[in-house]
Amino acid sequence: MLKDRQDLKQLREECVKSYNAYTRKILVCAGTGCVSSGSLNIYAKLRELIEAKGIHCAVELEEEPESNGVALKKSGCHGFCERGPLVRIEPEGWLYTKVKVDDCEEIVEKTIVNGEHIERLAFQKNGEIFKTQEEIPFYKKQTRVVLEHCGHIDSLSVREYLSQGGYSAFEKALFDMTPDEVIEEVSDSGLRGRGGGGFPAGRKWAQVKRQNAPQKYVVCNGDEGDPGAFMDRSIMEGDPHRMLEGMMIAGAACGATEGYIYVRAEYPLAVERLKTAIAQAKEIGLLGKNILNSGFDFELHINRGAGAFVCGEGSALTASIEGKRGMPRVKPPRTVEHGLFDSPTVLNNVETYANVPSIISRGAEWFKSIGVEKSPGTKAFAITGDIENTGLIEVPMGTTLREVIYDVGGGIRGGGKFKAVQIGGPSGGTLTEKDLDLPLDFDSVKKAGAMIGSGGLVVMNDKTCMVEVARFFMNFTQNESCGKCVPCREGTRRMLEILERIVAGNGEPGDIDLLLELAETISATALCGLGKSAASPVVSTIKNFRDEYEAHINEKRCPAGVCQKLKRIEIQPDKCKGCSKCSRGCPVGAISGVIKSPFVIDQSKCIKCGACVTTCPFHAIEVK
Amino acid sequence: MQSTIQLAEVDEIIDRIGCEEKNIISILQGVQEHYRYLPAEVFPHIARRLGVGEARLFSVATFYENFSLEPKGKFVIKVCDGTACHVRQSPPILARLREELGLSESKKTTDDLMFTVETVSCLGACGLAPVITVNDHVHAEMTPDKASEILKQLKEGTAEC
Repeated sequence: MLKDRQDLKQLREECVKSYNAYTRKILVCAGTGCVSSGSLNIYAKLRELIEAKGIHCAVELEEEPESNGVALKKSGCHGFCERGPLVRIEPEGWLYTKVKVDDCEEIVEKTIVNGEHIERLAFQKNGEIFKTQEEIPFYKKQTRVVLEHCGHIDSLSVREYLSQGGYSAFEKALFDMTPDEVIEEVSDSGLRGRGGGGFPAGRKWAQVKRQNAPQKYVVCNGDEGDPGAFMDRSIMEGDPHRMLEGMMIAGAACGATEGYIYVRAEYPLAVERLKTAIAQAKEIGLLGKNILNSGFDFELHINRGAGAFVCGEGSALTASIEGKRGMPRVKPPRTVEHGLFDSPTVLNNVETYANVPSIISRGAEWFKSIGVEKSPGTKAFAITGDIENTGLIEVPMGTTLREVIYDVGGGIRGGGKFKAVQIGGPSGGTLTEKDLDLPLDFDSVKKAGAMIGSGGLVVMNDKTCMVEVARFFMNFTQNESCGKCVPCREGTRRMLEILERIVAGNGEPGDIDLLLELAETISATALCGLGKSAASPVVSTIKNFRDEYEAHINEKRCPAGVCQKLKRIEIQPDKCKGCSKCSRGCPVGAISGVIKSPFVIDQSKCIKCGACVTTCPFHAIEVK
Repeated sequence: MQSTIQLAEVDEIIDRIGCEEKNIISILQGVQEHYRYLPAEVFPHIARRLGVGEARLFSVATFYENFSLEPKGKFVIKVCDGTACHVRQSPPILARLREELGLSESKKTTDDLMFTVETVSCLGACGLAPVITVNDHVHAEMTPDKASEILKQLKEGTAEC
């Protein structure tokens, strides 16, 4: 139990010493992605084989390290989920990809015993072999601040976190700075909320600090509900202490003594790791009463969500922590005045808090040197969809979309053509080819009619139907509408009905205008952020792909060939040999003809099942 | 097998979490983890213990997607239909599972209470899309055929969970 600042310094020194005791370190990725591809079995196998060799295997930071041995650790998410399970070898910084249990023996024999690199496990592209992690194009353009430890240290060890200078920012905030100085530093840094809105964090903290109330709270929004976004999950799993430290600094600065972390139910691993991290911090005395004899008390609680997207909205989230239905309320009063349990509350998201320790340690000027003027710092993005390198990335704000998709993301999967990217989840919008050189920062993306949101980037190729995408998002939002306010509850339902009608081939002239009119009304009158932005994907796809909507409505045609009901299957008369195979295989008897002359499909009977397309030996049947 | 609900078990859950109104969601989660659903019998009891109306509990239980007032299967299969999984073809996987188990959008659990099939909006494992989970255990890069294989193993009792 650490009694004062001196104790913490001493413990940190010990941790640094034991961290440096072993130069050979093996880091097995234990993020959700790699775990489900079997990384824990690899960890167990490596341990077994190393020990069988008679080599000392250090699975945690030891108080008295052996003179010789290897350190084996379970790390947080490396981000390169597509190539998992990943194993990083230090000190060289080699990255082994798609490792299997059967590869472990070779890793122990060659790499651990002889220090040799195993070429076949390295990342390869176009015949080129990339030995170290830093050389791989996916990592090259990244700047890792909030993810700096992810993949590099044992995510479940407070001692490892301390060895990297962990909790020194909290220490600095407690002993070397006044609360006002801490808030000023955060304000000066220009840190903006990473959860979507981009509201300046420092201003929020100052507002809470100003309130005169017996109890204040710090709340962390880990309800990362946007489909296709998993940045926050990776931080909570891969470097939980960094986020706790950010919350503790916020508590010390604003005068809050209690904090709540609200995590989605779909992230069981994150909940488990946060629980462990909190227990560890408590055990060494970084949480509790009179922390390090500074007079500051702080406790942290975890609340698991129960499956409601709307709980990502501030007032719904606090209602849910209070054990109520997660429904937003009318604002003002705002959360900074009347938040959790009606008390002043600092509410930020995971990535925002994770930025705080670096800002306090390295200063606002350093933070502002990254990114662009109005949006300093970095942003973590989850790139998914039709992209070569699916995964988690962190780049400076203002990096262009082209760099993200082509340099980091490796371009479109299977060499396809880029069509659009959906940014900001169901509240965001689409960016297209003309936006490829758009710098990704809060204001530029907003100007282009989308929003950074939490940072999900879903890349879509030219085989994607944008009307269907709009329907997909509207279906999601409609399902998740809490039902409290009429514009959202009824408006999204009507919009969904219209979109369903269009993709089914029953669109009517005037539907586009009706959609836009509904969208305008909903955004102007809905109660909360979910409702206000519910129509954004529709408005944005209409703006960028109006011709696709028109083709669906006027020509009853889906240009991407996705919408089932609008598909048209036709036999090419010049290729058809009249073998009758298709007509025999048709489940509804829609194909007829005379042997040895071209057959014809009766479109009124055809159910577009595609059975004929696959049976035709001459590839004479086409889907249009 | 779970025809009678032991109120002593429910009490234990309440006491472990803390008998306070703000803990309603956690208590219901605890009960659901134990029984795999929220049996009607527990409501009057929890309401009495917390000193709130039953309606207050039902308001929470019916609002959140994760709560079920009907028994769930031994194996709860969640098919991710988040954006990333959707664009990488998760709908055919859902269709196959439903077809093989005789389930539909409205009928989510098999009559023998072995399987429940539901969708989830995103599991955050987009790098492995499309994914399904069986009792929270993630299965990556699914195809309809792989899903059938998992079902077969679950029925034979040879799968991991």
